[in-house]
Amino acid sequence: MIDGLLAPFEFEFFRNGLAVATLAGGLCGLIGVYVVLKGMSYIGHGLSHAIFGGFAASALLGVNFLLGAGAWGVASALMINAVTRRRVIGSDAAIGVITTASFALGLALFAFFGGAGANFDAALFGSILGVGTEDVVAIAAVSLLAGTLIFLRYRALLFTTFDPEVADASGVNTARMDALLMLVLAGSILATMQVLGVTLIAAALVIPATVARMLTNSFSRMLWMAATIGVVCGFVGMNLSYHLDVQSGPTIVLVAATMFAAVFMVTGATGRRRTAALARRGVAPAWAD
Amino acid sequence: MSASVELVALEGVTCGYGSEAVLVDVDVAVAKREFVGIVGPSGAGKTTVLRVIAGSMPPAHGRVRRRAGLRVAYVPQIETINWSFPVTVQECVLMARVSSRRLPWASRVERVAVSEVLARLGIEELRERHIRELSGGQQQRVFIARALLGEPELLLMDEPTSGVDVRLRHEVLHLLDDLNARGLAIVLMTHDLNGIATHLPRLVCLNRRVIATGSPAEVLSPEVLERTYGASMQVLEHGGMPVVVDTFEHRHEHLPGVPEGSAA
Repeated sequence: MIDGLLAPFEFEFFRNGLAVATLAGGLCGLIGVYVVLKGMSYIGHGLSHAIFGGFAASALLGVNFLLGAGAWGVASALMINAVTRRRVIGSDAAIGVITTASFALGLALFAFFGGAGANFDAALFGSILGVGTEDVVAIAAVSLLAGTLIFLRYRALLFTTFDPEVADASGVNTARMDALLMLVLAGSILATMQVLGVTLIAAALVIPATVARMLTNSFSRMLWMAATIGVVCGFVGMNLSYHLDVQSGPTIVLVAATMFAAVFMVTGATGRRRTAALARRGVAPAWAD
Repeated sequence: MSASVELVALEGVTCGYGSEAVLVDVDVAVAKREFVGIVGPSGAGKTTVLRVIAGSMPPAHGRVRRRAGLRVAYVPQIETINWSFPVTVQECVLMARVSSRRLPWASRVERVAVSEVLARLGIEELRERHIRELSGGQQQRVFIARALLGEPELLLMDEPTSGVDVRLRHEVLHLLDDLNARGLAIVLMTHDLNGIATHLPRLVCLNRRVIATGSPAEVLSPEVLERTYGASMQVLEHGGMPVVVDTFEHRHEHLPGVPEGSAA
């Protein structure tokens, strides 16, 4: 049995895929805490679709995928941030408009110029077949950068996420913090798209953070718990993906969903009460008086 | 007041959101150790005044003079807090030290400072509790503790007694009175004329413009209140303090489709 479990480690593509999935799980878990607590769970879904537009454009223009889709994703993230901060429309509407338009553009480009095939499927649902050493290095670099930024800006990011109005009045540059978070999020989605696919990144962002929220009332504990849950889901999901011969993205997400269901049942009413109000996030600022 | 040290002064301030002016030509000054209440109806611009004083909203016209290095702390309405956010009392209070240290965890000095400020407010034993697991009075104290940890000279409070019962209102008022007696200048906005405003040394009646400023006895007159709130009110006296009473006139209007004399 042990031999069977270790069998896939003989293949370089699997070792690379496992490293990327594990790092991606931890990275998405970490960033997901801010995404969930800011009431922007939909952004992972939306932004990954927006980046798909960049992916399509990059493929057609023949430019480097990371550069093309990355620039596209960052531009989308900053547009969402700018529209949301004007407070005329809510973040959910801003995400909906900008990211679906970008996704639609990607689909239209594929329809006009062709290109649907292996790359298209990989972008949508994730694939470990194309994961190379450079992908491992890329996601390790993004993880290190994101972790460092969150470590160094921990206090300002916490204050901005919890109480943006008072943080602003206390001298925190909340606009810069929001933009920083969006850039890290776009970079994380870009780096993890290869394994998870655009359709499933949202789950990798939201589920570990939600599970962690059911387990703790402390922000600092929620951060490391969500990252750890993401790592476990990535590692276990990737192994199951090989043995069950199912795409990596769906398997990783199903492992996370199973963990959510288990914690949901074990923590009972306490956990449900902690997460119930996450959906009600978005307390109206009092400044408008 | 002219002999006292001025902390912040708004001079002819006009500002708003978009093209709509919320404040028009407002003059408000706050001196060291002062305790000022800003009263007015919803939409009068009370929170906007706090925001301008805090420096997070620049005026479109006029100017704001602020003493160099002035430390200002802001306590939001507890009704606007996201109580499901995963923060313990200690994590919440430590937010006041956002700029003093890069590392995420609290230093020994910071932990001592948090303990001291929580002990001062009588909630030290609650430091590891989640903010939702507290009573209304304890929750208000957590946010005052967060403000005090920044060692402010001026405390701005937005509706500190909004939605609380009489006992908690007294508790908060006594706490603020004690902090003011120790030298902290306080500006609070309130809609509670009898419960809070009449107990304060100085009031500013605001309705986009400053209608009147002075002691409660000076400004709580039927004429000023009508200009401030746009509604008729009477002012009685009880135990040497003004008591504001709504002058509610019953109007018997005939509702269409409802027979006269029936209970609609």
